[in-house]
Amino acid sequence: MTSSSSGQIVAGCLAPHPPHLIYAENPPQNKPRSEGGWETLRWGYEVMQKNLDALNYDVLVVMTPHWRTYVGTHLLGLPHFKGISIDPVFPHLFQYNYDLKVDVELSTAISDQIGQAGLPTKLMKNPDFRVDYGTIISCHLVNPLWNKPIVAISTHASAAYFSPDVMQEEALKLGMATRKAILGSGKRAVLLASNSLSHRHFTHEPPLPEDMSFEHITNHSQYLWDMKMIGLMKDGKSKEMVSLIPDFTEQAISETDSGALTWLMSAMDFPKIPAKVHAYGTVIGTGNAVVEWSGI
Amino acid sequence: MILKGYVLPGLPQPLLTPKASPHYQNLRNAFDQVKSEINSLKPDVILVYSTMWPSILGHQIQSRPICRLIHVDEEFHDLGSIPYEFYMDSELAKTCAAKAQVRGLHARTADYEGFPIDTGSVVALKLLDVQTSKIPAVIFSSNIYADRTETVVLGKACLDALKEQNKTAVAVVVTTLSNRLHQSFIDPAEDKIHSLKDQEWNLKILEFFEKGRLEDLAQLSRQIQREARVKKVNNFKPLWWLSSVMGANNKYTGKVLAYESVYGTGSAVVSLTPAAESARDLEFDEDSPEVFAGERNVLSGEGSENQNAMRSIEDNQD
Repeated sequence: MTSSSSGQIVAGCLAPHPPHLIYAENPPQNKPRSEGGWETLRWGYEVMQKNLDALNYDVLVVMTPHWRTYVGTHLLGLPHFKGISIDPVFPHLFQYNYDLKVDVELSTAISDQIGQAGLPTKLMKNPDFRVDYGTIISCHLVNPLWNKPIVAISTHASAAYFSPDVMQEEALKLGMATRKAILGSGKRAVLLASNSLSHRHFTHEPPLPEDMSFEHITNHSQYLWDMKMIGLMKDGKSKEMVSLIPDFTEQAISETDSGALTWLMSAMDFPKIPAKVHAYGTVIGTGNAVVEWSGI
Repeated sequence: MILKGYVLPGLPQPLLTPKASPHYQNLRNAFDQVKSEINSLKPDVILVYSTMWPSILGHQIQSRPICRLIHVDEEFHDLGSIPYEFYMDSELAKTCAAKAQVRGLHARTADYEGFPIDTGSVVALKLLDVQTSKIPAVIFSSNIYADRTETVVLGKACLDALKEQNKTAVAVVVTTLSNRLHQSFIDPAEDKIHSLKDQEWNLKILEFFEKGRLEDLAQLSRQIQREARVKKVNNFKPLWWLSSVMGANNKYTGKVLAYESVYGTGSAVVSLTPAAESARDLEFDEDSPEVFAGERNVLSGEGSENQNAMRSIEDNQD
């Protein structure tokens, strides 16, 4: 796909991070136990994981809505992080022991490119730092063995600080900077935009969180917006899809406010091939799609 | 019974780098004064409502008896790590959750080893040095979907719990006034409020505080949200909780112990001491709800959860 003589973006994915999916999987790293749930999304992730494994990639580069930085774009800047991550919003579902490696060389290269693009950036070098659950969940779901290093990139709140249009402009620049760094790295990278689509939650959950008889989209307008965006992805109309993100962000209360999906499309130079939509499902009312762009 | 109320800022600079700027040192000095006041008051508990702990499933209440961790702020991680050990009043936390449920709120306790307490609560409790005084706390999340009614009712539920357990408390809200940070890296020595508009609104808010007009200010929360806050959440809620838990009036002696910028935000340390005289005797515009009556679904029928909550309160009052 987006290749040069050296580095290559071999795939890009919309890889949402509801902690419910980890809870439902019952991996050994997570303490709470479940009876399953949200199979449509989890089985979609399984297919995408196999596709990605076949690409023999070197590194996962994830942009995460749950590492919010208001002053510049931050990237993990140490080679190893280990600890427990508890989701402060859903602590009863996600208490995950993580042990991950970071491709600091690529983190540094991306940070340098962001700086050259005129945007503030900083490498995070505090060894006590707790890695956010968005990064952990998206990376776990595409690579549960954790046998590849990652690059984790923070997101801004510029949609709230200014407007979704300002967010869009920044995310486009961040995507281009990421692309330049990867192409110059000699590495085969998979990019992950770790965000839901529509993002209005229910404020209550059933006594058994995985009771699927309670699960559905919060409201029909959000479903329609999600289908509009997914339709454009399936049709290979990524530029048109990106142009709708500001409106989608405001009207569907979408987690695209993070800029992650815009960043992904910009880094992939707006793929024209139809996306592979592996799954769409709701998690506590929010709309989530597992989507892959590869094989260009 | 609430002995005193405080408004405290939550960014980590006054804790980790007070000497980097006279602004941060002034805030640090004000925190020291608050610490001394609280130690003299000897409350049974410190109630903390933190705008920096968001929640979705109603209100969460920290109840783990001993919270021990090393915290690193996600934004200002280069300033250093913050090891902490705090004591929670677990029984009071559970009672607060139960009383909130009786009043129609969705509330639950959080008791998990390794739970990441938010930067604002960590900074406030560290600077109040509760590790030494061993005064327990109870920390309340800020529900991102809640509005005034839920927040006011949460304050009343806290009072219910204090009364039932016959405890005294100091009430703390962790919040900035204006919350807009500079979006580029700055020299701390040159820190200043982000904009003149933010500065003017902060001064207006502080004028109300100094006159003890807490409930008046609480009733201006929506306007403060429109004028001086980045719209990260649906509304500016901490003053609704503080005024509710302190009695929803203007009978206070207000003192602004410090007002400074921290990376552009309006960060103030304010104390409110209950007084005999009211600053103003006004008829407040907004109602004082006793229960949360839900999302007002026009299709909700007889015997709904919210109607049951209302009946339960009325029964208790009888």
